Amino acid sequence: MIAFIIRRLFASIGVLIAVGLIAFVLFRYIGDPVNQMVGIETPESERVALRQQLGLNDPAPVQALRFLANAARLDFGISYQFKQPVSELIGARMPATLELAFVASIMSLVAGIPMGVYTALHRRSALAKLFEALSLVGISLPTFLIGILLIYLFAVTLGWLPSFGRGDVVHIGSWWTTGLLTKSGLKSIIMPAITLALFQMTLIMRLVRAEMLEVLRADYIRFARARGLSERKVHFRHALKNTLVPVITVVGLQLGSIVAFSIITETVFSWPGMGQLFLQSVQNVDIPIMAAYLLFIAFLFVIINLVVDLLYAAVDPRLRVAIHGA
Amino acid sequence: MSEITVELPKSEPTSRSFLGRVKDSDLLASFLSSKVTVVAGALTLIFFLAAVFAPLIAPTNPFDPASNFLIDSLNPPRFVTGGDPRFLLGTDDQGRDLWSAILYGLRVSLLIGVFGVLLGGAIGITLGLIAGYAGGRIDSIIMRIADVQLTFPAILIALLVDGVVQALLKGQNREQTAFGILVISIGLSFWVQYARTVRGSTLVEKNRDYVQAARLIGLSPARILARHILPNVMGPVLVIATINLALAIITEATLSFLGVGLPPTQPSLGTLIRIGQNFLFSGEWWIVTFPSITLAALVLAVNLLGDWLRDALNPRLK
Repeated sequence: MIAFIIRRLFASIGVLIAVGLIAFVLFRYIGDPVNQMVGIETPESERVALRQQLGLNDPAPVQALRFLANAARLDFGISYQFKQPVSELIGARMPATLELAFVASIMSLVAGIPMGVYTALHRRSALAKLFEALSLVGISLPTFLIGILLIYLFAVTLGWLPSFGRGDVVHIGSWWTTGLLTKSGLKSIIMPAITLALFQMTLIMRLVRAEMLEVLRADYIRFARARGLSERKVHFRHALKNTLVPVITVVGLQLGSIVAFSIITETVFSWPGMGQLFLQSVQNVDIPIMAAYLLFIAFLFVIINLVVDLLYAAVDPRLRVAIHGA
Repeated sequence: MSEITVELPKSEPTSRSFLGRVKDSDLLASFLSSKVTVVAGALTLIFFLAAVFAPLIAPTNPFDPASNFLIDSLNPPRFVTGGDPRFLLGTDDQGRDLWSAILYGLRVSLLIGVFGVLLGGAIGITLGLIAGYAGGRIDSIIMRIADVQLTFPAILIALLVDGVVQALLKGQNREQTAFGILVISIGLSFWVQYARTVRGSTLVEKNRDYVQAARLIGLSPARILARHILPNVMGPVLVIATINLALAIITEATLSFLGVGLPPTQPSLGTLIRIGQNFLFSGEWWIVTFPSITLAALVLAVNLLGDWLRDALNPRLK
C-alpha cells in the first residue's frame, strides 16, 4: 500500500514538472518578457540591465530551474497587463471559481444520480425517455448557449435572477470571499451553477444508468431476489451501492474539468473568477497568467487523481489485495 | 500490394456495382430502420449543402463591407411587424442580412470543424500507428503524452494553443490568421482519442499473418503501416471522426463566442451568437436566436449520426 502511494506520488510530481517545463517554455520563449514589461521609450541600457536583473542571460537549464523553484513558492512573476503579481491576481479570484465549481458539482450529483437510477429501473416509462432525450440535448448544446437561454428566460423575460456578477460577498478570513451567505449572492450563483452543472449531470445520469443496468444483471442481485428481499432493498442496498464506486471516480475526475469549463460560464455571466482572468490573458497574450493558470489546473488534476486513486484503494477491497500482492 | 491483404470470402460475385452493394448493405438497412437517424442524416446533408452553396443561396455577402449599410442595422425579421421584406431573418448591428450571415457562418463553422477533425485525425492516426507498431520506448513516450493531455479538457488545450499561436504570429492580421489558428487549436486538442484507438488496433493487427508476410517480402515499416495496417484500423476511426466533428464545431463556436476565434468581420456561428448576446437586453432577440438554433440543430444532427454509426459499426451490438 505504501509502495503504491509513493509510486503514485512520484508519477504526480513527474507530471507537474513536465507541465512546469511547458509553462517555462511559454513564459521564456514566446514574446520577449523584457519588451512586455517596459514601455516603448525605455532606453536600451535600461533594457539590458533589466535583462541581467531578471536572469534572462543565464543558461536555459538554470532559468528553467529558477522558474520551477519560483513556481513552487507560488511566485509567477508580474502580469503584463495588470502590472501586479500573478499569484495575487489569481488568489483574489480563486474563491469565486471554486465556489461556483463546488455548487455545480453538488447540483449535478443531487440531480444526476436519482435520474440515472430512475431511467435504469423504469426503462420503458415515458419519464425515463424524457430524461434520456434531455441528456442528449444536454450533451449537444454548447455550454454558452445554455447560459444565454437561461439569461433570456430568467433575467430578461421573467426578471427573477440577476444575469451577471456575484452579488454581495462576505469576507471570511484574510482572503476568502463568499457569496453563499448573502441573498443576492445566492440568487446570482443559481444560473451559472446550473449552466456549469448541466453537462456533468447528463454525464452522471448516463453513467449511473449504464452501471446500474450492468449490476442488475449480476448473480448476487438474482440471489438477493431469490432470498425474498424487497425490490427496494435489492435496488438500493445491493445495486446502487455497487454502482457508486465508478461514479465517485468520474465525479472526482470531473471536478477538475468543471473548474476548467467555468471559463465559458464565467464569461457568459461575467462571473469574476479565474476563468475570466485566464481568458483575458489569452486575448492579451499575458503569458505569466497563462503559465500560472496552466500549472494551477495541472496541480488540481494531479491532486484529484491522487485522491481518487487512494479512495479507490480504500473503498474496493479487491484492489487493496492486488496492490499488496504486486 | 493489395493482394496481400486478407480479404473476406465473398459470397456474391464481385462484378456488382457499387450502388448495388450499398443498396443491400446492412449499414443502409440500419440507417433506414430508425426515423431519428434518417432525419438527422437529412438535416446534416441540408446543412452541408447550404454551407457549400452559401454564395448562391445568400442574398448578400456578409463578408463584403460594401454590400452592408449601417442604415439597415437592427431590422427585425420579415415575418415580424415592422420587419423589412428584404431581410428574411432581420439584420445585425452592422446592417448585415442575418440569413446570409448564418449561411456564411455555417460555411465557416463546418470548414473549420472538418479541417480541425482532419488535422487531429492525421496527427492521432500517425502517432497511434507508430506507437502501436514500434512499441517499447517510443510507445510509452507517445502514450504518456496522450495520458497527460487527456486529463485536460479539450477547450482548455484549444484556448492555450490559440494564445500561444497568437503570440507567435504577433503583428499579423487577425483576420487572415484566425482560420488557421482555430484549425490548429482544434486539431491539437482532439488527436488523443484517435491515437489510443489506432494504437490498440495496430497492436492486434501487427501480429496477423498478412503483416508478417508483408514484412517477409521486405516492405518498409512506413509502407506496411500506410498500405496494410491503416486500412484495417479505419473503422473505429470513422466513428470517432463523426463524433469529433460535433465536438470540433462546438469548440470553434465556443472559442469564437469567447472572443478568441473568428473576428466579427468574418463571423462564424459562434461569433454571431457573441454579437447577438449584447442585444439580448435591448429586445433585438433575433440576432442571438437564429444562429443559436442553427448551431444547436447542426450539432444535434451530427451527434445523432455519430451515435448511429457507432452502434451500426459495433459488431457486438449486431
